[in-house]
Amino acid sequence: MSLAWTAIRFGTLLVYLFMFAPVAVVMLLSFNANQFGSFPMEGLSLRWFVALIENDAIVRAFQTSLVLGALTSVISTTMGVLAALAMVRYDFPGKRLISTALIAPILVPEVVLAVALLLFLRALDVPRSFFLLLMGHVIFTLPFVVLVVQARLVGIRRDYEEAALSLGANAFQTFREITLPLMLPAVLAGMLFSFTISFDDITGTLFWKPGGVETVPTQIFAMLRNSISPEINALGTVMVVFTVALPLLGAALARRVSARMTTGR
Amino acid sequence: MSASGSLATGFDRRPWLLLSPALVSVALLLVVPAMFIVVYSFWLRTATGADQVTFSLDNWREVLTDPFYRDILIQTLRIAAISTITCALVGYIPAYYIAYAPTRHKTLLLVLLMLPFWVSYIIRTMSWINILGVSGAVNGVMLWAGIIDEPIQMLYNEVTVVLGLVHFLLPFMILNIYVSLDGIDRSLTDAARSLGCTGWQAFREVTLPLSVPGLAAGSLLCFVLGAGTYITPMVLGGPGDAMFANLVFEAIVTQLDWPLGSALSLLLLALLSALVLVYSRFLGIDQIAKSFR
Repeated sequence: MSLAWTAIRFGTLLVYLFMFAPVAVVMLLSFNANQFGSFPMEGLSLRWFVALIENDAIVRAFQTSLVLGALTSVISTTMGVLAALAMVRYDFPGKRLISTALIAPILVPEVVLAVALLLFLRALDVPRSFFLLLMGHVIFTLPFVVLVVQARLVGIRRDYEEAALSLGANAFQTFREITLPLMLPAVLAGMLFSFTISFDDITGTLFWKPGGVETVPTQIFAMLRNSISPEINALGTVMVVFTVALPLLGAALARRVSARMTTGR
Repeated sequence: MSASGSLATGFDRRPWLLLSPALVSVALLLVVPAMFIVVYSFWLRTATGADQVTFSLDNWREVLTDPFYRDILIQTLRIAAISTITCALVGYIPAYYIAYAPTRHKTLLLVLLMLPFWVSYIIRTMSWINILGVSGAVNGVMLWAGIIDEPIQMLYNEVTVVLGLVHFLLPFMILNIYVSLDGIDRSLTDAARSLGCTGWQAFREVTLPLSVPGLAAGSLLCFVLGAGTYITPMVLGGPGDAMFANLVFEAIVTQLDWPLGSALSLLLLALLSALVLVYSRFLGIDQIAKSFR
């Protein structure tokens, strides 16, 4: 291996360290027995995780985030999958414009999206509420679902559907027996993606959330105002484990389900 | 009947039925609200705190002429530009390595690259407090090594805002450059080498120009995301490091001056959209969608 490659390799290592070291430190410090949660570490302890469970505000924030993420993912994946099907399977006039419209919510800065939605719904006498939060998360996650599902759908060949149709299945049977099993991994990917984005969001959420309601990210943000405590690190660790382990688990599950459905039960 | 069969008979309703829930949502939750804040920005805030329906240019005059807003706007563009350039310079190295290196770890490196997208922005931002804060890792090591006697406050300045932004934006940049590099026909560099180019010349004359679409897509994403944030300056910046989105947050959430907040957010939207439009005029927006494949 040449000198240049060695340098590039070393550079890559440094960049990856830069990306992961700070979060690794958060996770490491959350097991710190030291009462100020700082360096040097004084042994391992789970006390900060116990403190999390005993903190009502944090437990409530977790519940809010879970419910919000689950609802967001169901609604936005349903809409996103239908839209992606139309984009991949049909040709129609104005397709380019529609494609831009579907990803418009991520082309607009999230702050502007947040302000527009907040003020518009206020003008309609819808105050800051869980409903507003949900609508915000749905519109913000929709483009990601469309992009992810669309990318996977392109890879599914039409031949299977046409074969089923020519063998006498009607359109609904074809969808249920052929298209749906084939696109299930894409649907699951869309659901996971939108759940995680909703679960992690803070930029829009700080605008939309009603007073007294916190999600996990806004709870962390509020706690940061005081000082960095080991409790925040523990909460961060729980969140990282949650949002990283879940997609990995989901990907494994999706592979197994689609394998079973395509090889015949 | 195949999907295209009904095209001959005229209008095919099926794609529009499939699209309607998503399009109605985009219309009701984005397009109409965006038009609404355009109207709102011409209204006024009265002394009693109520909104006065009128047509006034006062908000716009204030936003466009007050040097306070102008300075913060320039500061925002500067911070976003420095962060984007840093991301491009730093991000090219791993992107090149993943695309070309004779390594068995390509898949692992790509999976790792996706991980930061799953870790919340707020956690990645606040993690720097554990590194650079008064009781953070760097101070801890320096105290232990006897380099300093008292912890130094390294946080809450423009450098840490840029650092936080680069940390947040880097994966977007690496991914876009990688997608571009991965699509380059390998025989082109081989041809350049066989015609007598050195490795560096082949990179400069062939690989680098062909990766410009990825660099540009990554830069656009980084700049737009960077210029639109208010979380990083709030967590890692000092009082003087506010960015434009912080003004919007102040106006809307703290001062409840919604007409002014509308004008401020529209100005931000106009600036960033102009950038997106110029970009898509020359390079097409599809490049960004490629990194989802």
